Amino acid sequence: MVIDAINGILRTVVTGSREYKAWVGFLSLLALVGIVFVFRQIDQGLIATNMRDEVSWGWYIANFTFLVGVAAAAVVLVIPYYIYDFKPIGEIVLIGEIMAVAAVSMCLMFIVLDMGSAERFWHLIPMIGIFNFPQSILTWDVVVLNMYLVLNLTLVIYALSKIYAGKSYKTKLIMPFIFFSVPAAISIHTVTAFLYLGAPARPFWNTAVLAPRFIASAFCSGPAFMLIIFQIIRKTTKLKIADEALHKVAEIVTWCMAVNLFLLGSEVFKEMYSATAHIEPFNYLWNGLRGHSQLVPWIWTALIVNSIAFLILIIPSIRKNFFMLNIACAFIFIGVYIEKGMGLIFPGFIPGTLGEIYDYMPNAMELWISLGVWAIGLLIFTIGAKICIAIKTGEIGHADPSAHH
Amino acid sequence: MSDDIKGKDKSLITRRKFLAGLTAGAAASALPAGEAGAYAFEELFRQHYKRLDADDLKDILAKLEEELSFKYGKEVHAKATPPLDNTVFGYALDLSRCIGCRRCVYACVRENNLSRDPQIHWIKVLEFQKGNNKWQGLEHSNRYYEPEQVPEKGRFYVPVQCQQCKKPPCVKVCPVQATWQEPDGIVVVDYNWCIGCRFCMAACPYGARSFNWGKPSILKEEFNPDIHYLGNRPQYKGIVGKCTFCIQRSRQGKYTACVEACPVGARKFGNLMDPNSEIRYVLENMKVFRLKEELDTNPKFFYFFSMGTGVKS
Repeated sequence: MVIDAINGILRTVVTGSREYKAWVGFLSLLALVGIVFVFRQIDQGLIATNMRDEVSWGWYIANFTFLVGVAAAAVVLVIPYYIYDFKPIGEIVLIGEIMAVAAVSMCLMFIVLDMGSAERFWHLIPMIGIFNFPQSILTWDVVVLNMYLVLNLTLVIYALSKIYAGKSYKTKLIMPFIFFSVPAAISIHTVTAFLYLGAPARPFWNTAVLAPRFIASAFCSGPAFMLIIFQIIRKTTKLKIADEALHKVAEIVTWCMAVNLFLLGSEVFKEMYSATAHIEPFNYLWNGLRGHSQLVPWIWTALIVNSIAFLILIIPSIRKNFFMLNIACAFIFIGVYIEKGMGLIFPGFIPGTLGEIYDYMPNAMELWISLGVWAIGLLIFTIGAKICIAIKTGEIGHADPSAHH
Repeated sequence: MSDDIKGKDKSLITRRKFLAGLTAGAAASALPAGEAGAYAFEELFRQHYKRLDADDLKDILAKLEEELSFKYGKEVHAKATPPLDNTVFGYALDLSRCIGCRRCVYACVRENNLSRDPQIHWIKVLEFQKGNNKWQGLEHSNRYYEPEQVPEKGRFYVPVQCQQCKKPPCVKVCPVQATWQEPDGIVVVDYNWCIGCRFCMAACPYGARSFNWGKPSILKEEFNPDIHYLGNRPQYKGIVGKCTFCIQRSRQGKYTACVEACPVGARKFGNLMDPNSEIRYVLENMKVFRLKEELDTNPKFFYFFSMGTGVKS
């Protein structure tokens, strides 16, 4: 039985349409290029990046922050399905959890890449090293991210093995863990926001609205990405995903974007009406500061695409048009990527604590390495989703594809 | 869950025991070439400074001396002098005297074996315009002034280095306790324990921490062979370093290198616990202030103006 299952899974991974093979080949190539550049970074040190003392975190941490948000995709599906028993989402909730696994894996890769002495990672292992818990928020992040990864991985593997055997996976044993994944998802965003907002040395981050804004934007970006993926999946596989399921997710994204824009407005008011010296990073981002304005076109692009996406989503008849929905989703993904990545991390350091302006932008190496991480993450997702769909549709195993598991 | 290591200061050996250890270490023979790999292996699994017992520390210092003596062609003396009793170090800087010459910056680089390429400075001298200028929050500073001569007319200078906060935000955020405050108030880094995450740099309000972005390099002839494990020993690629009030000097009753280098006597240093010290004189007789008081980090680094008019220009 187990050997059969492993055989079946391996067969599923290596066989597929020409498009599937091309996609996997393309991602593998990108991953390989990234790995080659990682060796260069290890050899030269982080001096090979454009980061310096003035801007000591850059593109890697920006991607990390954004991807913590993408990991929320799972919980946006878990809440309506398990808590409100909205059945159409049952077909896709596992795919959301696989997305969470892939996103958190990417987060961990970005963190390790950003460490100057990654070979000393064992210093972080409780008991063996010294884990500065609870003082250091970074240790909290290590705890919640790993917990969220293990939780989602366990839920997916458990559910798939049950479905494979033709049984229901909603057992008494697993339900508490499913419910626990909701506060766990909230915790990864909150703690990641606390990393930044807990630094009074950086007035741009030192705002209580950062944590709720993280959650609001996370609940837009992850699901927006998923909405596009679900449409690809139902076109290319036998998995049936009902329109209602997609419309429900789109509705959640709409209201989360509304909250995100509202919280942004609160920040804009606070900074501009108070107009203290602490407005400098805000000005650097939105207007340019003392002749330095390289982030300005990016952040206005983010605001414009997020606003257009919100206008598309707020009107139900337009939102239900899949062409318009996909435009909105792509816009949200781009908008939140800019706003929560470079728009949040870089200005935290500009101007620096001694007033210096260092115009940081990632160099080609940082971009290639980051692309490599994304490629590995998408490989994890693609392969995971393919196995999941094969099991759910009964291609392998003993599932009854007509049943809601 | 917490692995707090406070109170496990086995390594805080007495001075006498320590000196005895040093002589034993010096008697050991030179490191054979084949053992260099073993040394690198030991480094990878070396314990946190506070978890080393006296014997471990003695061995490590002896090996460090051999390795560095070989590398720099000088006789190296490595110490781990513990904090002195009844001592908390404090610093004061007279802004009315500072002429912005940066002699302190380069004396620091040399004393502390900081990397020359890439260049690392633990002291940053900020230049400001007199008059209509924001400088209290350190906005509108210029670190890269290069006039023919200093001081320039209409300018004043604010050197900034580690403020040795009593409530150091950098220590709080370190995920592995690689940085901590010693009983004499000096915030130190264990260069063999730091993982290079740079959270401390995000947390420091004074830009006092420098990361070794590349492999540090120091010329043989400029290498300072009198080193302290928590201070001026050469650092590694991928870790954070900072000013330690020249721990290798101050714990032996000497002035820091920056105090000695200052040509105008703007820099005052001493034991805050000693009522007769120079630093206490400054605190009791001058109107002192500290940078970014609103953050309440409680620095032990003070600024003052001894002369009302500032430098004649």
